[in-house]
Amino acid sequence: MSVFDGLKFRKVTSPVHNLDPRMKFIYVIVIFVSAILFSSIIPLMVLFVMQLPFVFVAKVQKQWVRSLRGAAFLALFIFIINIVTSYFGNNFTLLASNIEAAIALTLRFVVLIESFSVFFLTTSPDHLGLALEQSRVPYEFAFAFTTAVRFVPVLAEEAQTIMDAQKARGLELEKGNLLKRIRNYIPVLIPLIVSAIRRSLELAEAMESRAWGASKKRTNLFSLKLHKGDYALLALSIGVLVGAIYISFFVSIPTITSLF
Amino acid sequence: MIEAEDIHYSYPNKVEALKGVSITIKDGEFVAIMGQNGAGKSTFIKHFNGLLKPTQGRVKVDGVDTTKTSVASLARNVGFVFQNPDHQLFSETVEEEISFALKNFCFDKKIIEDRVTWALELLSINQYRKTSPFLLSGGERKRVALASVLAWDPQTLILDEPTIGQDHEQKEKLRQFIMQMKAQKKTIVIVTHDVEFVAECNPRVILMKDGKIIADGIGTAILTDPVMLELSSIVLPQIAEVFTKLGALGLPKNIIDIYEAKALLLKVRERLNK
Ligand SMILES: Nc1ncnc2c1ncn2[C@@H]1O[C@H](COP(=O)(O)OP(=O)(O)OP(=O)(O)O)[C@@H](O)[C@H]1O
Ligand SMILES: [Mg+2]
Repeated sequence: MSVFDGLKFRKVTSPVHNLDPRMKFIYVIVIFVSAILFSSIIPLMVLFVMQLPFVFVAKVQKQWVRSLRGAAFLALFIFIINIVTSYFGNNFTLLASNIEAAIALTLRFVVLIESFSVFFLTTSPDHLGLALEQSRVPYEFAFAFTTAVRFVPVLAEEAQTIMDAQKARGLELEKGNLLKRIRNYIPVLIPLIVSAIRRSLELAEAMESRAWGASKKRTNLFSLKLHKGDYALLALSIGVLVGAIYISFFVSIPTITSLF
Repeated sequence: MIEAEDIHYSYPNKVEALKGVSITIKDGEFVAIMGQNGAGKSTFIKHFNGLLKPTQGRVKVDGVDTTKTSVASLARNVGFVFQNPDHQLFSETVEEEISFALKNFCFDKKIIEDRVTWALELLSINQYRKTSPFLLSGGERKRVALASVLAWDPQTLILDEPTIGQDHEQKEKLRQFIMQMKAQKKTIVIVTHDVEFVAECNPRVILMKDGKIIADGIGTAILTDPVMLELSSIVLPQIAEVFTKLGALGLPKNIIDIYEAKALLLKVRERLNK
């Protein structure tokens, strides 16, 4: 469940937390696009390192490391799949360049996880909802989205409790072959889904009985305004995007293997 | 037999939920753990079947250190019913739900059928045998969860808030059932906020506060101690309240049993009539 820890917002303030979520989101998208543009190690490394200042300024290193650790399994999976397919695709030989490509693709995945993790770790769900609303997303959707984000950690905690409850009834999750092990999770998944549905219905009823949606025109206590830092981030985002596009089309990037 | 020696427990987020608790629960004992919300009761009892392992100290169940064995093997002797039934119901029918654990413990088919019928009748949910547990009311779901654990007849039974959402008749049945188990020398540990229920059962009472045990003794002593109860946000049972107020008449204060109360009051009336 540690992947979800990387999405859990904690209330702290830092220059990064105070940035406008819309600008941060643009930045994340830019990193995302750039990561997709490149498939060699060096630029992906640069993208990876570029986000470290944000992590440290926001002081979310611990949670950030935890979310990366949570993603490690998937990263390993991507790496192995790449190695295996290139091994079979190349008539059962494995070149150094194949390994490098596999590492690069894994790194790309890590960069994607990293950027989203930084975004969610430093953006409160309230801020996010506000940003959506001010981007003219209908309030109902904005609300549904922020509620969903807010409930991710709750769900992760609940999954833990359910596992405990089933273990107390003699369920052994790590028993049997692969198929059996997947089947072992049915007693965990069903209560999780059922209680999520039950909770959402109850939430809807509770909200409606407190007159949710009664007034058509809502106003907000806070509104988001762009500050200097936000413009700087926007400029940085544009810079990175232009740079990334330029480099990926006009500069030939050396691979590590070609350097030797 | 459950032995906990000076156990501490911190959750991964560094919340220290237990700050050094020790306890010995002998076979055949009936214990009620009480205390305010967040006192650490649920955390504590999860150590009794190995769901949580102490970060410091030791827990032994029937002489076995819980860190040296699995929850599944401890569960055979220690049944644990969770606070919220929705955390465990998943089967298509109530019957299947109850047989889940029995299958995990590899009981014979014939025995499974018998035990399921026994548990269904015990908790008066026989009419729902083929119903989906998700269609039942809250109190009924709670009973299905209870039945699904009682079915394998564990030596020790741990119940987290068993009386929540139960009407009076069901509570009374639960009480009678607990007494019956006690007569069979089973160990029962309940966590509850229901002071009247505890007063009626009169078990050994343990009060917890802020991750520590602040009182441990017989019900009549603890449930009539206003200072201790105040500390754990519990009100006196009604009978104890009456007798505390009647203290001036020279009546004893530590009364929680209704029959004892009645006898005492009759005596007072006789004295007055003379
Ligand atoms: N999964 C968890 N992660 C982190 N902290 C937790 C977790 N579960 C409980 N706690 C904390 O541990 C403390 C003890 O919680 P516990 O659930 O044991 O209380 P309790 O006595 O059972 O309360 P209640 O009467 O409300 O059921 C609380 O401060 C709670 O916030
Ligand atoms: Mg509890």
